[in-house]
Amino acid sequence: MDLRLTLAEATGDERAAVDACLGPPASQWDGGDRDAAVASRSASGGRELGRARRNLLLPALQAVQRRFGWITEGALIYVCERLDVPPAEAYGVATFYALLATTPRPRRILHVCDDIACQCRGATEMIAELERAAGPPLSHGPHADHVIVDPDGAAWIRSPCLGLCDQAPAAMLQVAGEHPADTLFGATTAPELNAVLHGDDRIQKRPHPRVPQAGAPELRLLARASVIDPASLDAYRSTHGYAGLRRAFELGPAGVIREVLDAKLLGRGGAAFPTGKKWEAVARQPVRPHYLICNADESEPGTFKDRALMEGDPFALVEAMTIAAYATGAELGYIYIRGEYPLAIERLEHAIAQARARGLLGDSVMGHDMRFELEVRRGGGAYICGEETALFNSIEGFRGEPRNKPPFPVDAGLFAKPTVVNNVETLYNVPWIVREGGAAFAAIGTAQSAGTKLFCLCGCVGRPGVYEVPFGTTLREMLTLAGGVPGGRPLRAVLVGGAAGVFVRPDELDMPLTFEGTRAAQATLGSGVIMAVDDTVGLEPMLLRIAAFFRDESCGQCVPCRVGTVRQEEALHRITRGRMRGSIRDELALLGEIGLGMKDASICGLGQTAYSAIESAIQRLRLFETAAAPGGAATP
Amino acid sequence: MTAPGALVQISPPRRSVELTIDGDTVAAPEGTTILDACRQRGQDIPTLCYLETLHPVNACRVCVVEVENSRVLVPSCSRRIEPGMVVHTDSPRVRHSRKMVLEFLASSVDLSTTPHAAEWIASYECHPERYGPPAPPAAAGIRDAAHAGHHEPPDPAFAATVHQPIKADNELYVRDYGKCILCYKCVEACGIDYQNTYAIAVAGRGFDARISTEFSVPLPGSACVYCGNCIAVCPTGALMFSSEHDRRAAGTWDESRQSVVDTICPYCGVGCTLSLHVQNNEIVKVTSPFDVSITHGNLCIKGRFGWQYVQERPGNGKRTNGVPRRPRDIEAASNAAGKSRRKGHDISQRDGPQHDGPPHAGTPGDGDGKGSGHP
Ligand SMILES: Cc1cc2nc3c(=O)[nH]c(=O)nc-3n(C[C@H](O)[C@H](O)[C@H](O)COP(=O)(O)O)c2cc1C
Ligand code: SF4
Ligand code: SF4
Ligand code: SF4
Ligand code: FES
Ligand code: FES
Repeated sequence: MDLRLTLAEATGDERAAVDACLGPPASQWDGGDRDAAVASRSASGGRELGRARRNLLLPALQAVQRRFGWITEGALIYVCERLDVPPAEAYGVATFYALLATTPRPRRILHVCDDIACQCRGATEMIAELERAAGPPLSHGPHADHVIVDPDGAAWIRSPCLGLCDQAPAAMLQVAGEHPADTLFGATTAPELNAVLHGDDRIQKRPHPRVPQAGAPELRLLARASVIDPASLDAYRSTHGYAGLRRAFELGPAGVIREVLDAKLLGRGGAAFPTGKKWEAVARQPVRPHYLICNADESEPGTFKDRALMEGDPFALVEAMTIAAYATGAELGYIYIRGEYPLAIERLEHAIAQARARGLLGDSVMGHDMRFELEVRRGGGAYICGEETALFNSIEGFRGEPRNKPPFPVDAGLFAKPTVVNNVETLYNVPWIVREGGAAFAAIGTAQSAGTKLFCLCGCVGRPGVYEVPFGTTLREMLTLAGGVPGGRPLRAVLVGGAAGVFVRPDELDMPLTFEGTRAAQATLGSGVIMAVDDTVGLEPMLLRIAAFFRDESCGQCVPCRVGTVRQEEALHRITRGRMRGSIRDELALLGEIGLGMKDASICGLGQTAYSAIESAIQRLRLFETAAAPGGAATP
Repeated sequence: MTAPGALVQISPPRRSVELTIDGDTVAAPEGTTILDACRQRGQDIPTLCYLETLHPVNACRVCVVEVENSRVLVPSCSRRIEPGMVVHTDSPRVRHSRKMVLEFLASSVDLSTTPHAAEWIASYECHPERYGPPAPPAAAGIRDAAHAGHHEPPDPAFAATVHQPIKADNELYVRDYGKCILCYKCVEACGIDYQNTYAIAVAGRGFDARISTEFSVPLPGSACVYCGNCIAVCPTGALMFSSEHDRRAAGTWDESRQSVVDTICPYCGVGCTLSLHVQNNEIVKVTSPFDVSITHGNLCIKGRFGWQYVQERPGNGKRTNGVPRRPRDIEAASNAAGKSRRKGHDISQRDGPQHDGPPHAGTPGDGDGKGSGHP
């Protein structure tokens, strides 16, 4: 490949921002100045060096975005020169992510969540009020080209779930510049948002609420959250920290895997795959290197458990990943964390640096013959990058499009090497399992769902937050734990499992929250979302938001999902806005056909579950039944 | 890079795998795809994003089949057969998904120049009109600039489409992305599979995803070298020779009056096979057969587009650059050589140009140094 670059030139500042991320260019081959004397006499591996670093494409684009608020053509071309990436491909990557912009934008951007949990807590009204006070949101698209954008101005845009549903309504402020600062904040109001838009930075100092069960003795996963100083390695070590890793070195890699198998630990990222089996499969692979990835992309609407863990107890993730790496023979691990979690990113980076400084990461972990390094990679605003194979592509510097399976990650994952991908919560179970033994873990919960589980209680509940309970707790018990529906109002439905989950009826609350229990009830634990909806919240707007979410987040690769999510959203709009084609029965039948096509023929879980919540609202809640009745509001 | 399906394959004999397809026990060599196993028994399955010479991307999903014990349907174009596999190629689930894929495409994309589309739409009983009247075309540039993430709520009166004005920014070919089904074939041909130019890629996300140069600059400002290899693989006519596009616009394009004549490109020593599509004594486009191991269907700008000189002759009103040419009837000459592709003759064993070399333009080896178009 011979790169042909357009004439756009990066400014000195743009080059500096990229170089700060990638290091200075080694030679003219990767974007440096041409030194005629040297260039004519030496060869240095040239382009190959850049190509091996393609995986730095997203970090480099993010560096430009964070410095200037958007990515100019010149800056993109310079990144391409540095990494030997064709500009068309780099543009394809830059335009894949919602948090990157390739048209001018002001440096101060406020992302306001209008997603389902925030809807339950007044976001729709709040946003309408904000719009009246601050004007319309930043317009995307070609008009942006012609509008003169003041880089020192500010703009707001709507955002999908920001993972702060326990503090709904939520927003995130991004300020680009030499010292970029992102702040995620909740319990906000329209006047506050308007003030933030106009430069008020007080929200950056807002204290973080405690985990509701903080300090309760029965907690395992949340034992340290809101109790110890998350920045202190000593505090971590004095609360059983690193006892797990010490025990792992006694057990040896095979012994660790045995304990995890005995624990019957199932993945908490949604697919409930046995973690021990995954580790064993990778450990056995003769091909090297092996990679370990912690999936911290957590973008399923209503989900915030992984954030609570990483913010409250960052060292535990470092220890858990070190144990997993020891068991599976990985020397490099990545934490792929969604870009909307600035505090978690900061705390993890701090924890990694501390661990490295104390010999708990690096060439000789705890003095043992084990080498392990950890890198944090931030996402760019794309739910699909939580799908494990899309995540590989994202890290490698390609568009976050899921790959076809087989091959499976344990055979050919990141950089086509054997790879373990685990959810954050899955990994947090590991130090306890290794320390206390797999059998002790398996004794908690039910026979098929071992251990404790985190649930994200949100929507219309009295005390929203992350709760840890043994598997088998019922839905009713969970709602009670979170304070029930405020004001004694009637419960209308509960969304279990997130936007890709299902709505259940108030008469189904005795459902035990286990993998097998929810499966038997034709529901799913999904990502652990329990979102209560009372009679003050409109279900129809919620369905429209879910449909919009899947349309926005589809990677666009396969036809059933790319077009199906659009057709699904259109049908719902026709139904809810009284513009039906034919009868309600026709429209619901059409939705069913669209949903079945997406479920059967889509490449990945996004398309396969895009109809799930909507289907449950139609079939379990019988949402459009009244409209279907003769004489109902249905016929056009 | 060797393409799947390359003619020359040196590998140990493959084991035979037994499976069941639509109730019949079938044996095929290990590594065969379900699609190939079906085709070998004379059973066809619709495909759009699949091409023998490209890596499968499994994106269109029109080829899905049901494999017992698999939760979802699988793409037959890339899934390899396994011993004991039980495959259904025409079950109700399969028919439903194919119908939906075709309806989704037909309701959002202009399939008027996609071969077989109308036939499949009829046989799967598709009703693309049931999603509502198609939304009016987007103004130029709108789809190119769509940002990933939030979109405006849909207009319930219309079904969203990708209709948009054509991009005609060079003299050689047009890009009509209102016809694009996003099959990724052009991207693969331009990049990793053949041309290694990477002038185009998929940009944007979801329904706003599109084929684009960087910052959607016009082709002349991009890395494109006009090899036309993307046109050759495009299954929908979204990428089209200007010579074809203009004739279609004028209503003079008539494939029933065209013959396809094979010859060898006179420009350089590689000796690529050219298939000249001739209508009314004029070359109207040039392709190369996919099953020729020299080209796998790929050419360079000269072989693909550099044939005007053949038609520049006194008396036909064409420019001759002052160099007199021998009037010749290329169609008659080639037909005399008995090499019409339309008649199904073997075209892969050729040894030299069937007509005189170019009189002056492009001497062999007169390369422009930009991508040869060969694997
Ligand atoms: C659209 C989509 C989004 C996903 N998002 C996440 C996510 O944010 N976090 C996560 O851990 N798993 C997510 N998954 C599941 C992962 O693909 C994968 O199964 C999981 O990370 C494996 O970890 P586990 O075995 O520990 O559960 C997602 C899957 C799909 C299809
Ligand atoms: S199902 Fe949707 S998100 Fe998944 S690969 Fe297909 S288009 Fe992309
Ligand atoms: S003509 Fe050739 S170089 Fe240009 S876009 Fe098509 S394949 Fe790429
Ligand atoms: S332009 Fe043609 S080849 Fe390229 S993606 Fe669209 S339909 Fe496929
Ligand atoms: S933060 Fe708004 S829905 Fe989750
Ligand atoms: S032809 Fe198989 S997925 Fe497109």
